[in-house]
Amino acid sequence: MTAAIDTLLQGLLLGGLYALFATGLALSFGVMRMINIAHGDFAILSAFLAVAVVAGLGLNPFVVMILVVPAMALLGYGLQRLVLNRTLGKDIMPPLLVTFGCSIVIQNLLQEIFSADTRSLDAGSLGTDSLALGGGVAVGVLPLLIMASAVAVLAALQYLFARTRLGRAFRAASDDATTAQLMGIDNKHVYGVAMAIAMAVVALAGFYLALRANVSPSEGPARLIYAFEAVIIGGLGSLWGTLAGGMVLGVAQSVGLRLDPGWGILSGHLAFLAILVLRPNGLFPKTRDR
Amino acid sequence: MSVNEIQIERSTRASNIAAILGVLLLVAFVSMPWWGERSGQRLLTEFLYTVALAQMWNLLAGYGGLLSVGQQAFVGLGAYVLVALGLHAGINPFLVIPLAGLVAGLIAIPTAAVLFRLRGAYFAVGTWVVAEVFRLLISNSSSWGGGSGLSVTQTVRDIPVWWRDSLTLWCAVALGASATLLVYWLLRSRHGLALTAVRDSEPAASSLGVSVQRIKWFVYIVSAVGCGMVGALIFITKLRVSPEAAFSLDWTTVMLFVVVIGGIGTVEGPIVGTLVYFVLRELLSNYGSWYLIALGLIAILFMLWIPRGIWGLMSARFDLRCFPVQRRLRLDEEAKR
Repeated sequence: MTAAIDTLLQGLLLGGLYALFATGLALSFGVMRMINIAHGDFAILSAFLAVAVVAGLGLNPFVVMILVVPAMALLGYGLQRLVLNRTLGKDIMPPLLVTFGCSIVIQNLLQEIFSADTRSLDAGSLGTDSLALGGGVAVGVLPLLIMASAVAVLAALQYLFARTRLGRAFRAASDDATTAQLMGIDNKHVYGVAMAIAMAVVALAGFYLALRANVSPSEGPARLIYAFEAVIIGGLGSLWGTLAGGMVLGVAQSVGLRLDPGWGILSGHLAFLAILVLRPNGLFPKTRDR
Repeated sequence: MSVNEIQIERSTRASNIAAILGVLLLVAFVSMPWWGERSGQRLLTEFLYTVALAQMWNLLAGYGGLLSVGQQAFVGLGAYVLVALGLHAGINPFLVIPLAGLVAGLIAIPTAAVLFRLRGAYFAVGTWVVAEVFRLLISNSSSWGGGSGLSVTQTVRDIPVWWRDSLTLWCAVALGASATLLVYWLLRSRHGLALTAVRDSEPAASSLGVSVQRIKWFVYIVSAVGCGMVGALIFITKLRVSPEAAFSLDWTTVMLFVVVIGGIGTVEGPIVGTLVYFVLRELLSNYGSWYLIALGLIAILFMLWIPRGIWGLMSARFDLRCFPVQRRLRLDEEAKR
């Protein structure tokens, strides 16, 4: 019983990390109607950046995070304005293929610079501390912190979308880019800002990933797939849905892992396919895929 | 003006020359075991199966509008059909190749039923998930060699080396040529009009009575069959099958690179793209990861500035068509008057 509750809790908390990975993807699809295939690779890139800065300057990982997240946001804005905006249009192929190319470039650059070895960030005592919940069940402080960050990020984005000028511009550009432009919205800038936010959130996800586990340069695609699964399970266009999707994925993976060490990731994929068959629009669909 | 005065042209001068050249090339390829070196023969084999893979991806993405980044699922399935039927059941590996296509095609049916619930870019990532599922399922089953894979040398041990190399080459010629001719024939047929219509605009095509969904099913399954057959052939040349290698994303990366460089949505594009890919690979082979970085950057630059690829550029500039699929109306002199 304790083991079952423990597995469930681990899975739910893992969902927080997956939600952080998924948020950026959901955001860029929601606003620009594009999927960034290099999404996971950008997370791994920021993880390695953080590892390099920590190793070079000997700073506390959390201080480094405060540097890396805005740097990645800036990179996201630049990438969107200089490259990705050129690819947007009726055809979904150009953005997909360009970001696919980015993915290959990032993976191999990381491999060239850092070798294929796995790296991680030292979380200090935070990595091992846990809270006892009674009955022999305990949860790690770090997974709790990650979950709290995910909730905070989602709440902030929800507020941004619903209540601010920028959020209104996001929604307008998403619903009808041409009309939004007629109303004086600079779509290219709006897209840049959306990508900056997406990149900042995924940088945070990459940072937490490196605190929790070892990361390798070739891990980006796997991270993209989990993020994608969380978005689809949660339902397109629903921010809180990504958290639910992440949790479903996290629970499926940790239950599978408990049954057989080889089945962790596989059961996540199978849960995704099952939901796709049973509820093709996900658990909480908001917008429709056009 | 009567109907006789209007002629519909379906061939061009370039296409007539290309047809003659093509036949000569095929004869040269097939006879290579008698005059060529083994290393050249190997390279040609690889070239031809790459053309076949690229044609399959081109059919899927360039004409069917189905962007897949998961075609490695079917390459890998083909490889494991070789393990099941060639290694375990003892069937001649070259006879396994068509069977691999059959199995891949059959498995593509339920796969498509699930994946077609996703659209556009989501479909693309969905295909990738399916490939991962296949890879993980096979990694977890010990009778298939598990994660570390197994050797299939056993399957070709009784075949003399000369025959092994020659048969491999001939199968590659057959796959490369038939993939190209299949796409060409499809496009010239009645279905070709439907396919190009779907490529150009799905809503417009369906408003004209084209069953877009049926086209997509057809293209997806044909592409799976092709990739499955090529997968079995590839691993006859490699002789070792592992889930990592068989279901590697690299297969799709190559297809995608070749088609984007060569020219998506053209029959000639995959051939031109494969040539460029092989030249680049020879030039950059000493640079390790930098080679892949260069390929990625080139693909990005092409997509941004030359989205129609090398062949698209050439055929627009010189009105050059080796595999003409369009119909041109020519009015006779009398009709003009």
